[in-house]
Amino acid sequence: MFPEISLHILDIAQNAVRAGASRIEIRVTERAGELTAVIRDNGCGMTPGQCARAADPFVTSRTERRVGLGIPFIKLAAELTGGRFSLESAAGRGTAVTAVFRTGHIDCMPLGDLSGTVFALVTANPGLDFLFVHTVGERSETMDTRAFRAVLGDVGLDTPDVKRYIREYLDEMNREL
Amino acid sequence: MTAEALAEAMGLAVFCPGREREVTSGWCGDLLSKVMVSAPAGCAWLTVMTNVSVAAVAVLCDAACVILAQGARPDEALLARAQSEKIPLFGTDDDVFTAAVRLGKLLFG
Repeated sequence: MFPEISLHILDIAQNAVRAGASRIEIRVTERAGELTAVIRDNGCGMTPGQCARAADPFVTSRTERRVGLGIPFIKLAAELTGGRFSLESAAGRGTAVTAVFRTGHIDCMPLGDLSGTVFALVTANPGLDFLFVHTVGERSETMDTRAFRAVLGDVGLDTPDVKRYIREYLDEMNREL
Repeated sequence: MTAEALAEAMGLAVFCPGREREVTSGWCGDLLSKVMVSAPAGCAWLTVMTNVSVAAVAVLCDAACVILAQGARPDEALLARAQSEKIPLFGTDDDVFTAAVRLGKLLFG
């Protein structure tokens, strides 16, 4: 496991990037003693057989080493808190990973720098679209790179001024929550 | 000292004998992401974690053996994977600190 939930989210989102997704949704909901993280992509997805084996660290699509720990780690981290984990996927359609953490459990890791994680993902993958929804209690804040693109036209999401804007946007989301 | 000799000397429970390996150092840790980037090859890794990711991290680090401390027992998937990967997997009722002290004395006098 990683010391922060944000790092688990980053790891799973990177799987989505590798799966060839063009759009990745990250939804984090903090409510009633639970933190639910959902990472959904429209990438290559998995067959039911691959899906059933995805939590086995010795099953990996990596070629540089023979174990893969992204899904096993987030599953373990969630289950250690008395939470739960689920994986839905369809070949050619995409994948959704859901991890529920019970935040009152002593082994629950802190959320960590979620804004920084989203910022890193967006700016490292300027060709992809990200939807980020962070809900705390009844308040919800959204960042959608499609809305940025509608304004920016051809200006890339990784240009310095736009990166600064995205950073400020994410900071503003945090203040609102 | 081999993993087998270490288990004998420390009176460890043997969940899986694994392959014969020389133990050259020790490592303590339960946060798997830290262990996988830090534990040295050839170490006896002390942990209280018991799921199948322990086997994956042991393979990644090339640990010589894994010692489950504080009476921890491997779950079914970990035991099966330790057997198929031939990872020596042991257990002790000692806490991690006590086990590490005993391990250190055996390895380094």
